[in-house]
Amino acid sequence: MSETRRCRLRLDGVEVEVAAPAHWTLLEVLRYRLDRIGTKQGCDKGDCGACTVQLDGRAVPSCLVLAAQADGKTVTTVESLRGPALHPLFAAFDDAVAAQCGFCTPGIIMAADAWLRRIGRPVTRDEAAAALAGNLCRCTGYTKILDAVVEASGRRAGAATAATDPRDPSAEAAGG
Amino acid sequence: MADFGKRGDGRDEARTVGGQVGRRQPKVDAVDRMRGVTRYTDDLVLPGMLHGRLTRSPHAHATIVAIDPAPALALAGVHAVITGADLPRPYGIIPWTPDENALAVTKVCHVGDAVAAVAAVDEDTAIAAAAAIAVTYQPLPALYDPAAALASAVTINPHSKTGNRSKHVALAFGDVDGALAGSALVVEDDYHFEGTTHGAIEPHCALAAVDGQGVLTVWSATQVAHYLHRELARVLDWPAHRLRVIQPPVGGAFGGKSEPFDLEFCAALLAVRTGRPVKFLYTREEVFLAHRGRHPMAMHYRTGFDADGRITGVDARTLIDGGAYSSFGLVTTYYSGQLLGAPYHLPAFRFDSTRVTTNKPACGPKRGHGSVQPRFAIESQLDEAAIRLGVDPIELRRRNLMDADTRTINELAIGSYGFRECLDRVEAASGWRTRRAALPHGRGLGVAGSTYISGTNYCIYPTELPQAAVQITLDRSGRARIFTGANDIGQGSSTMVAVIAAEELGLELADIRVIAADSDLCPVDLGAYSSRVTLMVGNACLAAARELRGKVAGAVAARWQVPPARVGLIGREAIDVADPSRRAPLTEAFHWAEASHGLLTAAGSYDTPRDRHGDYRGGTIGASPAYSFTAHVAEVEVDVELGEVRVIAVWAAHDCGKALSPRIVEGQIEGSVYMGLAEALMEEHVVDGAHGGVVAAPSLLDYRMPTALDTPPIHALIVEHPDAQGPYGAKEAGEGPLHPIIPAIASAIRDAVGVRLTRTPFAPPRLLAALRARAAREAAGELAPHKGRRLELG
Repeated sequence: MSETRRCRLRLDGVEVEVAAPAHWTLLEVLRYRLDRIGTKQGCDKGDCGACTVQLDGRAVPSCLVLAAQADGKTVTTVESLRGPALHPLFAAFDDAVAAQCGFCTPGIIMAADAWLRRIGRPVTRDEAAAALAGNLCRCTGYTKILDAVVEASGRRAGAATAATDPRDPSAEAAGG
Repeated sequence: MADFGKRGDGRDEARTVGGQVGRRQPKVDAVDRMRGVTRYTDDLVLPGMLHGRLTRSPHAHATIVAIDPAPALALAGVHAVITGADLPRPYGIIPWTPDENALAVTKVCHVGDAVAAVAAVDEDTAIAAAAAIAVTYQPLPALYDPAAALASAVTINPHSKTGNRSKHVALAFGDVDGALAGSALVVEDDYHFEGTTHGAIEPHCALAAVDGQGVLTVWSATQVAHYLHRELARVLDWPAHRLRVIQPPVGGAFGGKSEPFDLEFCAALLAVRTGRPVKFLYTREEVFLAHRGRHPMAMHYRTGFDADGRITGVDARTLIDGGAYSSFGLVTTYYSGQLLGAPYHLPAFRFDSTRVTTNKPACGPKRGHGSVQPRFAIESQLDEAAIRLGVDPIELRRRNLMDADTRTINELAIGSYGFRECLDRVEAASGWRTRRAALPHGRGLGVAGSTYISGTNYCIYPTELPQAAVQITLDRSGRARIFTGANDIGQGSSTMVAVIAAEELGLELADIRVIAADSDLCPVDLGAYSSRVTLMVGNACLAAARELRGKVAGAVAARWQVPPARVGLIGREAIDVADPSRRAPLTEAFHWAEASHGLLTAAGSYDTPRDRHGDYRGGTIGASPAYSFTAHVAEVEVDVELGEVRVIAVWAAHDCGKALSPRIVEGQIEGSVYMGLAEALMEEHVVDGAHGGVVAAPSLLDYRMPTALDTPPIHALIVEHPDAQGPYGAKEAGEGPLHPIIPAIASAIRDAVGVRLTRTPFAPPRLLAALRARAAREAAGELAPHKGRRLELG
């Protein structure tokens, strides 16, 4: 019922081309065309952060980005963090029991990953609370989420994470 | 269902020593959830699937004159339209109050009532078609105020037989009037708790499909798959044995998914009509319209005390705004009084509660169902009494403690009672004794306590059948499969049963596969509500696991020619406890047992005690096998210029009986404190009567849920007073820890700046008004300055 538009994305390290209605958001294209079900729809208005992905390395709510706006860009979803070893953020979240229902968690992980990668050092709880204020969690009271992000930032700083870095070509075979 | 098998990260092998109960282990399903592997309902896609959409009323109250589906059906890609005439049988989660229809039949009762549903080839077409359905309404005057609705001759709900009085309960225990007349102090005040909603991040979603054998399968993000199964069969007039309900992992619920909703009936009927799978996904706005959240309550309380601060009696009158439908309202009305029976000894007590129908989205059960609001009132009264009698608020509560193994005046049977320790723990952790008196003006500490049920002794519908059942099968690779009807809504019920089975059978959590909440595969469980799962499903799981343990240990004992009591199962091994050098891999032990017994499978059932409730009408409501206890201390800082409250920290001690999985219990305490704190300071789900009855804040931006920046440090303190009724002594942890935070913050504000807020949320305009009123009284010489600082406000 509307115009179709093709767009090309570098998605989790792989070039993809996808056709979708021109008014579709990146979230819709990811979920409905590209099987990226780890990117969740919580509000479709940019209020909750459950659909957070990385667009050229920046965390964005994918429900506020038209698919056409992502044309030619690099899109990284939570699926990119899968690999033979558990990603440090997953391990820290699991150890802390920072995920209860888990619906908001992939979005929080993607926001935290983009932020920690940019900041590149261990972080404090207050810094983490400010960095993740765009992601709502209704289960945890954020306590264990902040614990996990602080812990992961220390592990990240203390160890080379290239093997699980989605931008590292060696991770692409295992990605999404 | 989820596979909790090997993670492949090499971390399993590190966790092979010691028992499982009480270990700080991760959850069995968390990694899949956080990696985006878990398929929630909206992640399910079936070939040929159609998309559904509901047409909703723009009117708060109107008669439906006509519905013309033709404009929708004329659109390319529209497969079917249904209306209320297609689903005429009313339903309700409480069998005594079936007063709603999947789609409105004769009239709409709130903005957002569904009147028609469409199935179309894609979402865009469905949205256009739902908008194209032509509904003619005859608007009626709407009633938003419960007192006005109660007085009105116009009955809102077309199924009601009692006008707009949805439910009235009046119960009295002991001589309340005599007790209050003889009291040294009677605290009397009015309290108003505003409505709030659940706000689970996963919106409601349902998918339905009919297979070649004529089995209708409904996947739904529900907390109550069993009740959904019953209501679908009844409303659709569909044989229950050809109906399968599956609850995929749920993305949060908090009571907001604990009854059937329009989308489940509509998905099912449209799947039957079109012969294709049909999925409905609520928009966020629809989640706010579906609601079923915390009831607004207007409460008038009188509490008497002797000169030492011992409670003499409580008299409570409560007006409850129910919204358009009954939902769980019958239970809510009882809970609004019954759960006051603990944690304090009440010599006399009565309550009179009236739930009223109004033209708003229906209220229902939200975490701490029906008892969070009265807890705000009674704890505020205790704090006020402490101030007026010059008694420390924690000490006043200590003077009103009960005993373990006792019955309350309304005949709740209390077993274990860790409330005294909860008070001790928060007192010590917060530095209450040393810090409270020293805090300057603008800073304050407040305390409050509470109790909550661990499930209810009686099912929602009358039945002699067990409340919970679990089946366990052991396989030849040394693993266990647990089949449970228990719905994991994120609270960790799948981990809970895995911990119990692993504890009994000597397995690791990675060896357990939990198959949950599929009516074709799993025994019936009543659902994730009333904090019943750990106690009830845990007991059922324990019974099944112990039976299997007996078979395995017996087979090993026979092989070793030792008494079975000498065989221990631990760390994936069978061990001779008298000669620990003798051991065998558990897999081998399973083989020996299967050789003796055939397939290793066992079922455990749990039913509640039926002798632990009051012998009066309503005496079963609020009766639970075991009660949890909680105490909170909140520390606040008040900006008297802006009227803003900043919570600096919260200390929350909760008696959960026994923490089967301590990190999960901590998470429940932290999440409960967060959710209650939000209700105290920020959130309100209100209908705007000046603008046609729309929900005032129907988005996650306007409905002000706290972010990480708004949430203070929460110190979760686990208190363990094992209860004879619970598995390993466990009681609930998911709802009780919410209750005290609202009155604890109110009392901390009172301590900080000398004003008592009696209406939630404690938002800046409300606090500023109270501060100005105090400043005026100080200026008039009626009040001395609080903490030596005279309030001077513009």
